[in-house]
Amino acid sequence: MNAPLILANVSRRRILQGISLGGLVLAVGYPPTARAQEAKKYGADGMPNGWVDNPLAFVSIAEDGTVTIVCHRSEMGQGVRTGMPMIVADELEADWRRVRVAQAPGDEKRFGNQDTDGSRSSRHFFEPMRRCGAAARTMLEAAAAERWKVPVSEVEAKNHEVVHRPTGRRLGYGSLAKAAAGQRVPARETLRLKDPKQFRYIGKGQLKLVDGRDIANGKAQYGIDTRLPGMLYAVVARPPVYGGKVASFDPAEALKVPGVERVVQIEDSPPPAHFNPVGGVAVVARNTWAAMQGRRALKITWDDGSNAGYDSAAFKATLEESARKPGKVVRNDGDFTAAAASAARRHEAEYYIPHLAHATMEPPAATVRMANGKCEVWGCFQSPQAARDLVAKRLGMSADDVTVHVTLLGGGFGRKSKPDYAIEAAVLSKATDGKPVKVTWTREDDLHHGYYHTVSVEHLEAGVDGQGKPVAWLHRSVAPTIISIFNPAAQNEAPFELGMGVINVPFAIPNVRIENPEAPAHTRIGWFRSVSNIPHAFAVQSFVAELAAAARRDQKDFLLEVIGPSRQVSPETLADTWNHGESPERYPVDTGRLRRVVETVAREAGWGRTVPKGHGLGIAAHYSFVSYIAAVVEVAVDDKGVVTIPRVDMAVDCGATVNPDRVRSQMEGACVMGVGLAMLGEISFKNGRVEQNNFDSYQVTRMAQAPRQIRVHIIPGDYAKPLGGVGEPGVPPIPPALCNAIFAATGKRIRRLPIRDQLAV
Amino acid sequence: MIQLEINGKRQSVDVPGETPLLWTLRDELGLIGTKFGCGMALCGACTVHVDGQPVRSCLAPISTMANKKIVTIEGVGTDAVGKALQAAWVDVGVPQCGYCQAGQIMSAAALLKRTPKPTDAQIDEAMSGNICRCGTYTRIRAAIKQAAAKQGGTR
Repeated sequence: MNAPLILANVSRRRILQGISLGGLVLAVGYPPTARAQEAKKYGADGMPNGWVDNPLAFVSIAEDGTVTIVCHRSEMGQGVRTGMPMIVADELEADWRRVRVAQAPGDEKRFGNQDTDGSRSSRHFFEPMRRCGAAARTMLEAAAAERWKVPVSEVEAKNHEVVHRPTGRRLGYGSLAKAAAGQRVPARETLRLKDPKQFRYIGKGQLKLVDGRDIANGKAQYGIDTRLPGMLYAVVARPPVYGGKVASFDPAEALKVPGVERVVQIEDSPPPAHFNPVGGVAVVARNTWAAMQGRRALKITWDDGSNAGYDSAAFKATLEESARKPGKVVRNDGDFTAAAASAARRHEAEYYIPHLAHATMEPPAATVRMANGKCEVWGCFQSPQAARDLVAKRLGMSADDVTVHVTLLGGGFGRKSKPDYAIEAAVLSKATDGKPVKVTWTREDDLHHGYYHTVSVEHLEAGVDGQGKPVAWLHRSVAPTIISIFNPAAQNEAPFELGMGVINVPFAIPNVRIENPEAPAHTRIGWFRSVSNIPHAFAVQSFVAELAAAARRDQKDFLLEVIGPSRQVSPETLADTWNHGESPERYPVDTGRLRRVVETVAREAGWGRTVPKGHGLGIAAHYSFVSYIAAVVEVAVDDKGVVTIPRVDMAVDCGATVNPDRVRSQMEGACVMGVGLAMLGEISFKNGRVEQNNFDSYQVTRMAQAPRQIRVHIIPGDYAKPLGGVGEPGVPPIPPALCNAIFAATGKRIRRLPIRDQLAV
Repeated sequence: MIQLEINGKRQSVDVPGETPLLWTLRDELGLIGTKFGCGMALCGACTVHVDGQPVRSCLAPISTMANKKIVTIEGVGTDAVGKALQAAWVDVGVPQCGYCQAGQIMSAAALLKRTPKPTDAQIDEAMSGNICRCGTYTRIRAAIKQAAAKQGGTR
């Protein structure tokens, strides 16, 4: 199919908005006239339900002085429940020891966009949260001035009290709480924001995580931990092949298992997958173990449907075939063909990355209870509003009658932005007269019924001049698109996928052609932490290193030369209409910043130092989520080909930071995840079924395989400038930096992930 | 009815003998700090102590637990090692999502009780059964060392 997907600026959020309106906006797009009239919105403005900066929604103060700040984004390990309230508390001049954090239910009208993905929380809500805090502070000051009958210009909020400067009189926030709540919320443009020099918490990183103690004591509550009076426990047998369904089933044996109460069929959802459950047969029991035993006893005959032939090995060959032929041109600068024909030499390489599963440590889990025409949902949701809308839709209720309580998420990585498990719980609660039902996914369920990271072949060709410098660059990216879960006919990468490091590569190369041949999807493809940046960065940064090696040049110097001089590149000139949803003026691609992270990480890692025999250093840099990251990996490869990683250095320029310790921890985690997917990660299909069942066959990094040291170097930022993302951009540079290090250590070039035993001697 | 001693408290439960300790703790006794991660003793999220030894509770049938001393994350802080580890976890800022950390702390506590001054290799070995998908391993190692040092076991 060649019809272009009208997805410029239609990212996931817009898709969700489409859902809530009951229809899909993509594939058809808006009529041209409507599109032209609609002013292009960026950042938080461009998200469904945008932002809210009303202190009445986010801040409350008790008479004992306790300040409660609402966090409306979901906590999945990025530290957002510390970071967001910290921003408010800083502007509010609140004493952090007297701050409590409350988690918002899914309600975007009240709190603004809650879809916690895309590395956007700080980037989109830094300013609204500052205004929230500043407005609340202003209301406290006004209340104090009124009480003292003095001009408001004479009072100042400071560390949980308001001070009357001329007299030194003080009133604590608690004693002002009631009066402050009655004050008018000041107009946005009248607010005085702090000079960043006066920040107490922002950028300091000295605050402990708000949930740290509960986590260490075992008291933290995740989606799987919900317990309600009279609750039933369910597990679901789902079709082993995507698009399959139940042909017939016999519940008799399952019902004999002690503790099993009901066997309920969940309606099949034919493709497109959307965020719907895939259907199947649920066993509802008095505890989880009984439900699992009951499921084992079910007799089900499946109709596998049209994806029964999906086979990863054969599909790889199909993708390779497509990658070797011209495809849809998605960026074209100069004349690649002519420049390549007249180049001194040509290089060609192909890279493969398989499907991956998020494998969050907490598998998906949700609980639903229905009573008196209302529905309550508890669970680990990255997008609670999506859970709310989709549960409402499935139950035929108004979203106003559905409340979604957000627990901590035991990992998200993109999996938990798809609330299929909430819908399952809703269906089961309804089938059991509204009783509370908790659906728990087992690890096998999680690995067999994921929204997998795409599988891709990246084909690169370059023509180089006499010095080995590329003058012509061709990149064909072939990968099933995430859009296929909304439109099964979609076979081209969407702008938001192309804009993740394949078209928006800001290299100083005059002749560039980027093509995107078609690829069908045979399973559910979903957002996986850093998404298409993973295969794109792996290919681009490996290929640059290959060209450097061919030119016998230092890899870092060569990379800097390919990036070229410091300059601001408009994403539009790179054919990137998406730009992570951000304004091209506010967020141009800044090669100076990209150069700087490369230079910083090289310096900090001691690039060029002599390493022991069997060791090697590799470097890679990638721009994503409007942040700039470079990494140097040091590997040690022993005489059996076993890889260990003594040290990784990462330089990150994400603009100014809210909580530098959490920036570090996100980089550390991204590094480990990048190492894991490069070394071990693979989901493969045979006869339409996922071949991996649990952590024995789907391996992830363990402690001994993880880098021994991860050193994160944060480039200082300016609070007056827009912030970048943090949660995701650390992942993409790691696999190529690792493979480049392996090349330095062994002379062996890895072009197919995972590495697994490719180095075995 | 099976008699159990959990975190120093005697309890009795009425579940089939093959029911794993994990689900007994979570569903019957409400001790939800012990987590489900794989059900096959592959990830360590469900680690508890049974008579002082680290055990993956997801595969331990409740019938084998009678009269044994079981300690979970809710109880491990009552002794000095567990308390020091929990404090180090907070201080070092180990957790990201936090889901695996109860199991990590239980494995670390068993290690430090056996080996108060662990080497890096001993830490690797003791912690190899615990997966952290957020990748907090460098901080877990740092926190174990910090807790060991507080216990007078530096190296």
